[in-house]
Amino acid sequence: MKYLKEFRDRQLTTSLIKRLEESVTGPMRIMEVCGTHTMAIFRNGLRSLLPEELELVSGPGCPVCVTSAGHIDAFISMADQPRNHLAVFGDLFRVPGSNGSLSEASSRGARVDIVYSPMDALELAVKNPDELVVFLGVGFETTTPAVAATIMAANVQKIDNFIVFSTQKVMPPPLHALLGDPELNIDGLLCPGHVSAIIGSDAYLDFAKQYGLSCVVAGFEAADILQGLIMLGRQHGEGRAEVENGYTRLVSREGNRRARDMVDEVFEAVDSPWRGLGVIKDSGLAIREKYEQFDAEKRLKLTIEDVEEPKGCLCGQVLKGICRPPDCPLFGRRCTETNPIGPCMVSSEGTCAAYYKYGTGQ
Amino acid sequence: MQQDRILLDHGSGGTASKQLIEELFLKYLDDPVLSSLQDCAVIDNQAGRLAFSTDSYVVDPLFFPGGDIGSLAVHGTVNDLAMGGARPIGLSLALILEEGLLFETLERVVASVARCSKECGVPVLTGDTKVVPKGKGDLVFINTSGIGMVKEGVDLSPTKVRDGDVVILSGGMGDHGVTIMTRRAGIELKGALRSDSAPLHMMVSSLLNGLPAGTVHCLRDPTRGGVATTLNEIAESCGLAIIVEEDDVPIHPEVASGCEILGLDPFHLANEGKCLAIVDGAVGERALEIIRQAPHGEEAEIIGTVASGERGGRVILNTGIGGRRIVTSLHGNPLPRIC
Repeated sequence: MKYLKEFRDRQLTTSLIKRLEESVTGPMRIMEVCGTHTMAIFRNGLRSLLPEELELVSGPGCPVCVTSAGHIDAFISMADQPRNHLAVFGDLFRVPGSNGSLSEASSRGARVDIVYSPMDALELAVKNPDELVVFLGVGFETTTPAVAATIMAANVQKIDNFIVFSTQKVMPPPLHALLGDPELNIDGLLCPGHVSAIIGSDAYLDFAKQYGLSCVVAGFEAADILQGLIMLGRQHGEGRAEVENGYTRLVSREGNRRARDMVDEVFEAVDSPWRGLGVIKDSGLAIREKYEQFDAEKRLKLTIEDVEEPKGCLCGQVLKGICRPPDCPLFGRRCTETNPIGPCMVSSEGTCAAYYKYGTGQ
Repeated sequence: MQQDRILLDHGSGGTASKQLIEELFLKYLDDPVLSSLQDCAVIDNQAGRLAFSTDSYVVDPLFFPGGDIGSLAVHGTVNDLAMGGARPIGLSLALILEEGLLFETLERVVASVARCSKECGVPVLTGDTKVVPKGKGDLVFINTSGIGMVKEGVDLSPTKVRDGDVVILSGGMGDHGVTIMTRRAGIELKGALRSDSAPLHMMVSSLLNGLPAGTVHCLRDPTRGGVATTLNEIAESCGLAIIVEEDDVPIHPEVASGCEILGLDPFHLANEGKCLAIVDGAVGERALEIIRQAPHGEEAEIIGTVASGERGGRVILNTGIGGRRIVTSLHGNPLPRIC
């Protein structure tokens, strides 16, 4: 991988930090929308280097964290059905539902495999024709094209023991829901790099216009993030509310049309529940009728229960950027990495996990 | 051997067991004490302090670039003894085999144990084999125990760690962990990604003999849980903070790439042939030189220091870009991420 060293070069980042200090001329509150940004900021120890007047707020961009408690419970009850063989991304494995986690279901004898791509799940189905392989589709615009491609492949190959439980989500609707909340009070968005590779940087034009927000798309290396923050600082200082792209090596204005076409072929927009945010119109993706034989909700006739959030857990507020993890009474006390109560502590992109794992050491 | 697979009979203690021992185990492992096939190994009187350690080995896949379950079973226990400052003198080898295991697979494992034990100069002195019904095991499980002798005056413990000590890592971190995880994920990375499975007792012996008595304070091999977990355990035991410089921590570029792809933290990945040495600051450079000249130590670096000025019991990382964060122990298994 060519970019690892270059974008973490200390000389470069030191000069970027100096420029960031110059560009932030007053108090500025920026939301980093994407969980991968949150993690990268913490892993690099960036928070210890940022100007005091710059406040970073983490957004709802961790797909596991925003998955509703009802869906998590449905995942676990599916795992307990004898014929089902679940294929999941690693992040989901330890997320607690109201009745244990997939990891606990696995210890009871449920078949739960961690996969690296939905195609691995399809392969699992081919290898185990007597089982019903259920892929848990959790993710944003970055993962959805691969899920769509897998469903199309399963259709072509006529594989009927492979289904997908889609809780796939899209980013713009929850951002609208959040930004409409005056309590949030932010000045700019550090827009997700890889989601934007699919939806394109033009997708943020509405946000800049409607909410007067500075928007900058940024990559995930330390230098990328600093550059994005400098661009946001400058916009804010000059009173501009525009969409700028700091991740041109991957993101274009129009995004990846081919990937979006594949998603459109397989999925349609539906209202979807978000942890902490409630049901948001057109924020989820359901499998179209044409591919309904691959739809777990239809094949298994699943109903999603309304499940109460764990008592005292502030994941919902953390996801909205209203609360920082240390503000939660459970954080670091009852809710730890070993004994997580809310999903934000489990996922590798969760804000609470980032605070817990990579505190600044002060 | 007539059959090409392991049968339950091979663990029965009867003639099939005897045949397995004579035709396979003794073919590769020919130490006279083992060959006597007694119920226990009797070792000639060894005066002094004895070190004793045991470890079990379960790994999927059994064979991987740079090693296999057999090499891990020898190196792991040899290294545990070495970390106590001991000179390993002998191993036990107990295998739990799954019915139906291919005979040639077992032969590869036993040959590997034999080769590693010879290379280390640490013989297998006693052994045992059991066979469990198909589905009740996972091909091969191994347990090895080892005994070793500790020289007078050698006393290694995390509680001996002092303010001003330096922390040396004997080579690139995460090689074993990322090799296994990428194999399981079916991801092929360019470059020579391989496990670091290797014995460290020669390195330890050079270190203890080459430095003034009492200047080596603690040795640990950062296996499961990685460098992060081991350093946290040491920091908690000594009550001091360990400050690590990210730029100084050796890591092979292919390991760094693998971690990026799978979303893993190399500080949490297992090593099977690396040593963390915490030595008196005054002998830090000399210790580094000795480790670099020892087998498997050529890429060693001083990665950090022990400090009393910080809140104790934790590990702090000065990041490559000049930032600062804590490093926590691994919780559960390292899991790959979504995107």
